[in-house]
Amino acid sequence: MGKTLFDKLWDAHIVHTEYGVDILYIDQHFIHEVTSPQAFDGLRDRNIEVFRPQKTLATPDHNVPTINQHLPIKEPLSRAQVQKLYENCALYQVPIYKLGHEKHGIVHIIGPENGITKPGMTIVCGDSHTSTHGAFGSIAFGIGTSQVEQTLATQCLVMTRPKTMRITIDGHLSKGVYSKDIILHIISKLTAAGGTGYFIEYAGSAIEELSMEARMTICNMTIEMGARGGMIAPDQTTFDYISGRSQAPNDELWDQAIAYWKTLVSDSDAIFDREEFFDAKDISPMVTYGTNPGMGMGIGDRIPPSHEVSNVEKSLKYMDFHAGDSLKGKKIQHVFIGSCTNGRIEDLRLVADYVRGKKRANHVQVMIVPGSKQVEQQAIQEGLDKVFEAAGFQLREPGCSACLGMNEDKVPKGEYCISTSNRNFEGRQGPGARTILASPMMAAAAAIAGEIVDVRQQLLAQHK
Amino acid sequence: MQKFTKVISTAVPIPIEEIDTDQIIPARFLKALTREGFGANLFRDWRYDHQDKPIPDFVLNNDTYGGSILVAGNNFGCGSSREHAAWAIGDYGFKVVVSSFFADIFKANALNNGILPVQIGQDELRQVFEAIEKNAAEIFEVDLEQQTFTIVSSGAAFQFEIGAYKKMCLSKGYDDIDFLLSNVDRIIAFESKQEIY
Ligand code: SF4
Repeated sequence: MGKTLFDKLWDAHIVHTEYGVDILYIDQHFIHEVTSPQAFDGLRDRNIEVFRPQKTLATPDHNVPTINQHLPIKEPLSRAQVQKLYENCALYQVPIYKLGHEKHGIVHIIGPENGITKPGMTIVCGDSHTSTHGAFGSIAFGIGTSQVEQTLATQCLVMTRPKTMRITIDGHLSKGVYSKDIILHIISKLTAAGGTGYFIEYAGSAIEELSMEARMTICNMTIEMGARGGMIAPDQTTFDYISGRSQAPNDELWDQAIAYWKTLVSDSDAIFDREEFFDAKDISPMVTYGTNPGMGMGIGDRIPPSHEVSNVEKSLKYMDFHAGDSLKGKKIQHVFIGSCTNGRIEDLRLVADYVRGKKRANHVQVMIVPGSKQVEQQAIQEGLDKVFEAAGFQLREPGCSACLGMNEDKVPKGEYCISTSNRNFEGRQGPGARTILASPMMAAAAAIAGEIVDVRQQLLAQHK
Repeated sequence: MQKFTKVISTAVPIPIEEIDTDQIIPARFLKALTREGFGANLFRDWRYDHQDKPIPDFVLNNDTYGGSILVAGNNFGCGSSREHAAWAIGDYGFKVVVSSFFADIFKANALNNGILPVQIGQDELRQVFEAIEKNAAEIFEVDLEQQTFTIVSSGAAFQFEIGAYKKMCLSKGYDDIDFLLSNVDRIIAFESKQEIY
């Protein structure tokens, strides 16, 4: 019987099996300032070193301010955490892209951007959205701090093998519908817990047509249905993206790498524990109405009645929405474009293209936070900063920012924010903040209109 | 890590589904450099209002309920990988969390901190909530060896699953890291034959 891509890679990384658990070798470990300090303390307590410092890369991203990054961080606790990361990395010789470094950025943006993330790898980070890296055909998943410590100490983790699921999306996306809508659509159908216990492989013609950036958006949000991670078999799009990046294999190694990467597919007779199928033409621009990413709907739909969605009443109260409401025409006060879900150059280009020559609505504040220094520089080089400025959008410096509101970028209590990030949990963007998740284009269109609109209609009007 | 054998205690009920880690411990409290003290901010935004005054309706502010067992609705601990959620629960004094479903990473994090996630059926969970509602002083017994969760007054006992490895770790007070460190030779041997690009 054939093997799934997931099983091929998992098997290739098993060091040892005992007591029904696998010791899994980790090829690349990313760390950031929030979930690592206690792990380094653990090493100190045991008096051990980092086992393979060169297989770890650090970046401060969760806490960092997105303006005046050249100045010392004002908030003392954030400053202390970032400082601690710098100290630990210096002490244990772990490579780091510090604040202001030309390669600094959100951990899940900089891995792919620098060719560190490659097909066939196992990748972990003390952050659930590590699933992003699966877009390259790698096994990538988030871990807790104890596991960060284990990885630092041994470059391995104790794991039980998850089940496998394949989600096939065939067909073509309609105009105005993007990869963010694919994943919000899938989560709304399978629910926020629907993927628990599984590792997901995405397949089908709609996935094959997507760029690497768009594939990363899908794998990124896989965790929002409870799945451990998501992956997509590498193909020419993957190879083209990696080629020429700073840590991509070169010359002779490149040919060997490609030859190996081409074998990284699920065999045609491989059996998955579960299969789901979607048709791209059924997907419309998505918005969330509740307080988990599974509470999403097409922009043309109405909020479903409470018996259809678990826990929705509490959510609707928090959002001040009602069953039967449409979100079209809902006023918003904030727009956040950024995060490891949609903070890449392709996202910024799309938004800039749309807003060129337009202006934000007066009552709306728009924050664009690039995912990395390189995204920021690229945007400036292409003149996107000018477009944003003219539209009244504020282009910030890179970091997680309002995705989780650990720095000062927060949404005030009770106000609405249409956000390209990945979580609409209560208080995620600040205490009392109300988050509506959507694609960058939906966010851009709302910024201009001052309310939630169907971006398809805006695009149609634009072409008339 | 402390050894885990049996827990006999009253329980604190939070019959809410899909409690995510941002509710267990909001991101703004993740700025600590140690593992201690997170219990003070467990369920912070449900427990305190915007002026930091306790919200009387919330169960942790109600003296009627107490104990080292937390009982919560389906899909507990979804969302972020922050181990701070497990630390907050442990630091507050819970040793067991009971639900009909747990998010993967939360489950792993809890186990790595000596907190036992007890997964029981939907219907069984309802019985547990009912038992607490009827009598806040109801005692529950969690037996790791037997893998049972018992409502003491009625004697109703529910079976729960736990992997052999994790059961061994909990009962002996072992960490994954002890197991991994004892395998370093194997890890080095693995590295020497691994091809990577
Ligand atoms: S951007 Fe948001 S989701 Fe991504 S790593 Fe940062 S906080 Fe996590």
